[in-house]
Amino acid sequence: MTIPPPIAMLAELTHRCPLACAYCSNPLELLVAKTELGTDIWTRVFREAAALGILQVHLSGGEPASRRDLEQLTAAASEAGLYTNLITSGIGLTRARLEALMAAGLDHVQLSLQGTTAKVADFIGGYKGGFDRKMAVAADIDALGIPLTLNAVMHRTNIADLPATFDMALTLNARRIEVACVQFQGWALKNRSALQPTRDQVETAKRVVAEATERLRGRLVIDFVPPDYYADYPKACMGGWGSTGLNVAPDGRVLPCHAAETIPHLTFPNVLDTGLAEIWNDSQAFNAFRGTAWLPDACRSCSRVTRDFGGCRCQAMALAGDPFAMDPVCKHSPHRAKVDALLAEDAPDGWTYRRMAAARP
Amino acid sequence: MTDDRVFFLPRGIRMRWDSVRQTQVLLGPERALMLDEIGHAVMAEVDGAASVAVIASRLAKKFEAPAEVILPDVAEFLDGLLAKRLLEVRS
Repeated sequence: MTIPPPIAMLAELTHRCPLACAYCSNPLELLVAKTELGTDIWTRVFREAAALGILQVHLSGGEPASRRDLEQLTAAASEAGLYTNLITSGIGLTRARLEALMAAGLDHVQLSLQGTTAKVADFIGGYKGGFDRKMAVAADIDALGIPLTLNAVMHRTNIADLPATFDMALTLNARRIEVACVQFQGWALKNRSALQPTRDQVETAKRVVAEATERLRGRLVIDFVPPDYYADYPKACMGGWGSTGLNVAPDGRVLPCHAAETIPHLTFPNVLDTGLAEIWNDSQAFNAFRGTAWLPDACRSCSRVTRDFGGCRCQAMALAGDPFAMDPVCKHSPHRAKVDALLAEDAPDGWTYRRMAAARP
Repeated sequence: MTDDRVFFLPRGIRMRWDSVRQTQVLLGPERALMLDEIGHAVMAEVDGAASVAVIASRLAKKFEAPAEVILPDVAEFLDGLLAKRLLEVRS
């Protein structure tokens, strides 16, 4: 069987980040700076990615601007022929760095938005002054004409600010906004009940999004990721395992998705010793859940199987304790009661910020 | 019926040949659109100077079909990309 090539690569350049968001999607164990791949290795990986058929690279983290060689890495990805997208909080970027990134061939910036006021945003990001810094960077991005997407992560504390969030996208001249409700993977799972929006909040958000999509057609592209716990059917996670994209972790391990490390029986190859094409086509991790043959009978005979591929493997692992199970979000899942029980839990008042342990000398 | 709008590719949107898949692709933020032969023929005429009507008449010659039949299809295709902000327009 020929495996279609991947379209996108998430290049997690570092786990270092000045923010401390409670919904961080990175794994519980963060990698420290000395384990990060060097400029030369990333350069080789970008070339291998383009040769494999990858069209877009998302330069991400952590905060990718924490890497001093971000400009060189961007140039390397661009020279390899990849469409380059920088996923950033803005912290660590300056006008001069943005100009250098433009010169390096950067195609697009995706700027995260924790909230629409300094008070809310800095509380959520756990970083005082972060919002003002971000607004200054957004103004520079606009002045330089770099195409901008805002990525607004929504949860119980800020989902009511959705109308103001769309206004902010227009003010900042963003062409596109992703309204992404927190996905409960990585650190976010620790704070799930504090972050989970209520059903009423979600219904209101859906109406606001539908209205804005209509009103702003041709001006602002809106992509909405609703929280899947309230859905009847699971999300088509990654568009199907090993079908469209791959993640390269800061230390070079290649994962089929962001949270794949939570599945214990998978082993992840590393770009340091294995070529990207071999990893994509032949590795155990990428073939583990490819296609639909491994799914439970109920999924394989379901008319939705070609749409959602049985849902998210990491969610099946996290909630049902079995990565081969039907996604527990599905209304046909024998584990759906667990999701409903989680939704019925009271929300605590606070959350646990994500902070890296201080580096020891 | 005529259509004087002039479409162009904004910064951040690129069309290029994908040698792995042997097809033309239109690339934008979180978008990779594989273009078929017709889609590429239209996009190849989008140069920031030719109006939709001019593009339709050029394609009419190329494909030996009436321009008035082609025009609505071309406009619909370009409007679809406009709504996704993969194209912009000046009139």
